[in-house]
Amino acid sequence: MSQTKISELRLDQVSREFGGVRALDGLDLTITGGEFVALLGPSGCGKSTALNCLAGLLPLTGGTITLDDRRIDTLQPEQRGFGMVFQNYALFPHMSVRSNIGFGLRMAKVPKGDARRRVEEALTLVQLTEHADKFPAQLSGGQQQRVAIARAIVLEPPLVLMDEPLSNLDAKLRLEMRTEIKRIHQTLGLTTIYVTHDQEEALSLADRLVLLRKGRVQQIGSPEHVYTEPANRFVAGFMGYRNELELPVGSVNEKTVVLDGLGAGGLTGVRRDDLGERAVAAIRPEDFTVGAGPNATEVTVEVVEYQGREQAIQARTDDGVDLHLRAGTRLAPGDRVTVSVPPERVLVFAAESPAAPEEVA
Amino acid sequence: MASSAVASPRIALRHRLAERGVDRTLLLLLPAVVFVVALFIYPFVYGLQLSFQPQPGSEAVNRYGSGPFADYRNFFADPYLRDTIWTTLKIGLPAALFNVLASVPIAYRMRGRFRGKRTITTILVVPITLGTVLTAEGLLAFMGPTGWFNRILMDVGIVDHPVRLTHNYWGVVFSLVITGFPFAFLLTLSYLTGIDPTLERAASTLGANWFQRFRHITLPLLAPGLAITFCLSFVLAFSVFPSAIMVGEPARQTRVISIAAFHAAFEQYDYSMASAIAMIMGAVELIVIGLVLGWRARLYRGATGGKG
Repeated sequence: MSQTKISELRLDQVSREFGGVRALDGLDLTITGGEFVALLGPSGCGKSTALNCLAGLLPLTGGTITLDDRRIDTLQPEQRGFGMVFQNYALFPHMSVRSNIGFGLRMAKVPKGDARRRVEEALTLVQLTEHADKFPAQLSGGQQQRVAIARAIVLEPPLVLMDEPLSNLDAKLRLEMRTEIKRIHQTLGLTTIYVTHDQEEALSLADRLVLLRKGRVQQIGSPEHVYTEPANRFVAGFMGYRNELELPVGSVNEKTVVLDGLGAGGLTGVRRDDLGERAVAAIRPEDFTVGAGPNATEVTVEVVEYQGREQAIQARTDDGVDLHLRAGTRLAPGDRVTVSVPPERVLVFAAESPAAPEEVA
Repeated sequence: MASSAVASPRIALRHRLAERGVDRTLLLLLPAVVFVVALFIYPFVYGLQLSFQPQPGSEAVNRYGSGPFADYRNFFADPYLRDTIWTTLKIGLPAALFNVLASVPIAYRMRGRFRGKRTITTILVVPITLGTVLTAEGLLAFMGPTGWFNRILMDVGIVDHPVRLTHNYWGVVFSLVITGFPFAFLLTLSYLTGIDPTLERAASTLGANWFQRFRHITLPLLAPGLAITFCLSFVLAFSVFPSAIMVGEPARQTRVISIAAFHAAFEQYDYSMASAIAMIMGAVELIVIGLVLGWRARLYRGATGGKG
């Protein structure tokens, strides 16, 4: 299973323009063999463009892609031999599950017996052996997705590309398939690049995250790193820092900063950028606690959503700032409560993050 | 108690009918039904019964008596009439086949989005609006013995004498291609754009080159549509009449079956013979279409994943 393992895939200033608009702007990324990398970002951030460039379905307008010192960005997709899983699965409707999975082997002129054995192995891996003779239209969404994955991995490609493979599935199936993808990756160890807009999916699957916005890389790092230390306010917002409070800067110290507003003593937080007159404090809803403590402020509860163990609360300060927080205790709309947040959980970014690019023209 | 027992089946009946699509919206079909009955079924049945009533004094009655099949026997016994079937098939089948086959690569190339697509499509489709008579005029001027085409061939020195391309078999075939191709092209293009383009992209990531993608993905998904396109093209070509007369050789080489029917109806005033010929013409078309659709039934005909 290891003859096609790669040691390194290098993307060097990979760019793609569409009629003057830079969909992907100088992507530098080095992926080592066996790694699971997620390209994460909102729609239009260039993540699918990056994937299509890698697959060879879109020609680059700049930069190079090298696979183990072999330049591949000038090759046609059929010469690259990467497996790709499409968002709409793209199963061949006129072929059985077995023929779909065996298509790549047939194109590669793998001897029949060998091909049959490998198709059976792939069928077993995705647990579809009993559906092998059905046609795609007879399968459920999750089963179709399994076929698409099996078809992409049966060739043991040096690189597997997945383009939002779970976005067409319902919530329960999405969780199941997520585990499935993780399991397959652990079993085969195929180098995988996974595109998604779902941060939870990316965090749970990937060894490394690449956050993109407007075609530019915002941050590259391990899930923990990106989750706990977002590089800028955009990444913070994408990683669950739902409260983004723009406030005037009070006093700035080396590591901490005090912002005016939100409570009598101001809001103390960790300084993450060089700050101008105004700054943005990013706080996760779950970092707020109900009760007295640092950065205490009094709020009025406005909306309460029951979520099982806790409640998601939208509250408003007396200055009219909306806060999202979570509470284990029962609260009702109209309640007056004091909430607090530890200063180390408040990340303060420049109002215009320098790392975030300007609008591309 | 008893009344409700009587009332409930009545409601249930209406529901059951509605479930099978029987409700008042069926009335919307009425105009179509009227048209079909008045303009197709009635004339067809009238022609059918007429074809079994040979006209007294006609050639068929003189030879084969006044039995119901006299006209049919006359048609199949007389080589001058019988051979019109082959003559027409010899013109119609290649023309329809050429139109369908030629439209595939062009439509395949044009299935994506690109600049100038609308212009090219318009140019390809214009001949459909010209009508056979204008096309025939154009062919005579262009391909005739003194037309540009032959003059160019002679000036370049490829031929010594003008090549005869009008007033024979080829003239009719050219005319059928010119008027029939746009039609086949439009149909093929719409079938092709109904195929999800990601299927080909998926095939390319699986190592299939353009020919393999076409051969294993596009063609099998397109084939049922091509069968329909061929049937319609063939029916159009089989009923060829004006161009067979204007750019063909209506007395011999291009004496197609519709000329025979016209001859019977409006020169011999033998309407029952003309009806019999029309029925034979329909039967031949049905046989060809039946063969093509029989082949089509063996193909995959489900969704093609595209916009449909």
